[in-house]
Amino acid sequence: MFHSLFIALQSVTPVPKDLPLPLPLPEWLLVTILVISFLVHILFVNLMVGGSLLTLWSQIKGLKNKEYDILAHEIATTITVNKSIAVVMGIAPLLSINVLYTVYFYSANALTGLMWIAVVPLVTVAFLLTYLHKYTWKLLENNKPVHISILAVAVIIFLFIPFIFLTNINLMLFPEKWALVKGFFSAMTLPNVFPRYFHFIFASLSITGLFLHWYMGRKNYPFETIFPTFTRYELKKKGYSLALVASVIQFLIGPLVLLTLPSKGLGWNLVAVIFTGAAIVLPAMWMMWKGIQGDESTIDKDFKKVLILMTITVVFMGSGRQIYRSNALEKHRELVRLKTDEFQQIKKDAIAKSKEAKAQESTANLTEAQKGENVFKQNCTACHKPDVKLVGPPVIEMTSIYKDNKSGLQSWIKKPGKKRADAPQMPGFPQLKQEELDQVSEYILTIK
Amino acid sequence: MFHLDWLNNRMLIAIIAILHVIINHGLAVGFMPFVTWLEQRGVSRSGQDQITDLEWDNMVYKIMKVAFIITTTIGAMTGVGIWFSVALVSPASIGSLIRVFYWAWFIEWLVFVTEVVLIMIYFLTWKNSNSSLKAKIRHINFGWYLSIFSWITMAIIVSILGFMMDPGNWETNKSLLNGFTNPIYLPQLLFRTPTAMLVAGIFGMLLITLFTKAGSNLRLNAVKYASKWLLLWAPISLIGAYIYYNAMPEAMTANMSTAVGTIAFSQYYDLLKYFVAGGVGFTLIVGIIGVYKTKVLKPYMVIIPVITAIAYLGFFERVREFIRKPYVIGQYMYSNLLLEDDYVVYKQDGILKHATYTSVNEVTEDNKIEAGKNVFTIACSRCHTAQGVNSILDVFDRMYGSTGKPLDVASMAAYMPNMHTARNFMPEFPGNEKEAEALATYIKYLQQTGDVLEGAQEEGISVNPNNSPSALINKSK
Repeated sequence: MFHSLFIALQSVTPVPKDLPLPLPLPEWLLVTILVISFLVHILFVNLMVGGSLLTLWSQIKGLKNKEYDILAHEIATTITVNKSIAVVMGIAPLLSINVLYTVYFYSANALTGLMWIAVVPLVTVAFLLTYLHKYTWKLLENNKPVHISILAVAVIIFLFIPFIFLTNINLMLFPEKWALVKGFFSAMTLPNVFPRYFHFIFASLSITGLFLHWYMGRKNYPFETIFPTFTRYELKKKGYSLALVASVIQFLIGPLVLLTLPSKGLGWNLVAVIFTGAAIVLPAMWMMWKGIQGDESTIDKDFKKVLILMTITVVFMGSGRQIYRSNALEKHRELVRLKTDEFQQIKKDAIAKSKEAKAQESTANLTEAQKGENVFKQNCTACHKPDVKLVGPPVIEMTSIYKDNKSGLQSWIKKPGKKRADAPQMPGFPQLKQEELDQVSEYILTIK
Repeated sequence: MFHLDWLNNRMLIAIIAILHVIINHGLAVGFMPFVTWLEQRGVSRSGQDQITDLEWDNMVYKIMKVAFIITTTIGAMTGVGIWFSVALVSPASIGSLIRVFYWAWFIEWLVFVTEVVLIMIYFLTWKNSNSSLKAKIRHINFGWYLSIFSWITMAIIVSILGFMMDPGNWETNKSLLNGFTNPIYLPQLLFRTPTAMLVAGIFGMLLITLFTKAGSNLRLNAVKYASKWLLLWAPISLIGAYIYYNAMPEAMTANMSTAVGTIAFSQYYDLLKYFVAGGVGFTLIVGIIGVYKTKVLKPYMVIIPVITAIAYLGFFERVREFIRKPYVIGQYMYSNLLLEDDYVVYKQDGILKHATYTSVNEVTEDNKIEAGKNVFTIACSRCHTAQGVNSILDVFDRMYGSTGKPLDVASMAAYMPNMHTARNFMPEFPGNEKEAEALATYIKYLQQTGDVLEGAQEEGISVNPNNSPSALINKSK
């Protein structure tokens, strides 16, 4: 009985108050910045994660066929560039989500705290490993297992980090779960984290496939001097195939993501956007298929169209993501606004009340010693009480020491020394005006 | 609330931030001009028939490679880490600052993106640029652009930081311009610029001695150049430090009416002199040895000034942070993340009543320890731990003469409401008398049981019934 009551109490949805500061920009503009900058950021993250997966696969294949080892090396050189762009591009969406969803984002961060902050050392280590891997290619040529292991560790870290981000971004949508969550792993098992994770991984592979197609086909890329046997056509075809297969798989995972979304943020606006996005990618997939089926002369034909269509789809999906977020949090944000206003009202009343009280106080005529009492309260009561030792000695002791020595007392207050073994040294009060010193010493010496 | 009971929350930010500052100053702001300058020396050292002195160029490339790898990994990630850690430890303050400074940070971000793009161009095109003199000169120009952008990034961020030191203006004038015009801005920039050069020089010296063979001509020449660099910047850094050092109390006086007299600050302030002497002194010695006794210099000798230079930079950051107290945003928000304006409510109703996350919202005779624990989490845990670094137990014990005796609840409770007047780097106690007593009871309990305080990342949260949707809806009816 007591236990179930405890649970009931625990699962209350918290309604915190927001910061009493206006947004720096209109909300729609911030949302636009958030969505676009996030897509740019995630594009490079995709290339970084997809690239490192592809490098690992290619290098393992390269153990038998040297040509793949060269391919691995070529992709590896792009990872470290993409990762740098991914990091700087991440700052803008991070700031924007901070501003727009302050309480939600920070609450989710705090609840998964240790893992959240672990992103920093983990990513740092993974980055250092990718450099180590890239710059030891020659050195470890005859020790491939070690060389490949370096990359494998980086890949494992890269594959784990998305869980941390997704857990956070998912948890922030559900304030009703906050009181139930105990640490990162319990937040990770909330529905939707895993489907979204696989959605992300296959998006990475798909985008990396397109990237490979473009990278190998660049005019100023000295392909023929790098690869002895591979042809541009072969690698472009591989890129297309990867992109196509990953896109097909997305059609299986996508519905799963949609189905596991808690119903509170679902709406026709979301469904319309997602389905339109999915519909737009279909012709792109058809063009890729034609490209793979065709020969060397036609493989480049529709590449630009594919890129444009894919970009549109990505924008739709990114918007869908934001629509779900805003649907899901709409009501709760309303409550937070109410709470924030309520507190501001309480504050106003309290300030008015305390002003009144102060006004009454100041109208009273105070004697010198009473004024001194106020000074004493403000400056001395932290450490001194009339009759017992607190931090420093009791006031009655001062009275006995400085009985007829007001100036001695005053100069001690301004610049104290240390005389007692059992008490710390008193800080000086040079900021007190002479008037205040007079009042406070008057007060001290009247205490008996 | 997120809380690390052993390490201390502030320490988490401090470690990440200081690491970032060292890398940023030492391997970016100061290092880029250093490397570009050396690269240019390579071209002018070479004969008529060469583009550059290749052996020399290769050495410069190697030290740039180290800087490139470190800045784009640890440097970049500690920069992100500052955001992450501050958002965890001090969400209300960083949230408020971003709302006001969104544009400033946005501009900063654009400059930063440019910097990252430039550093990639500069480093990744290095080898290709050795094909012609024209390409090489263009490459060197990129080095200078990069140096300029690194410096601008720092100049903007110093303004944003400087703003937070500027009291009062938060309310009246929330613009970035204010950061630039605040009294501590120029002294800070005057200090940081040459100090970045100095730290970069000493890092560079270490790398040069590591990458060249002892006794080789290459080492002799490179060490001589680096030494000259050190000798040039050391006195300027010293002057910058002197100006900044003198500007500090002014910022301090403005921030806290009584600050200059406090024991804690004057201790830091005095210590600072030794750090300045150590930081600049050792690099000067290395510089002089490098010029006159070039052959004597060994890698291990450079280690000491590298360490003192890091300490020099780190300590200035520590003192700068101290000036801020008891506020995190001058005259607006205290270090405990509570707004100065809201105090009147907390004093009237108690803080627990208005806290979103607390397991009890009123102090009773039976729940003192639990209530005190919540008060501690809300009011103290941003800076103090139960048992770790800057533990609340140690602080009280020190105050009562470091006796280790059991603490007295009554005198702690009596002390708290007036604490801010004696320890003026402390914010005022944000609650009523009952809560002060509950807090004192909890502190005593901590002392007797050795209990630690777990943060929300371990224990989860309890929601104050006052902050439930139903409570809110009922009230607004």
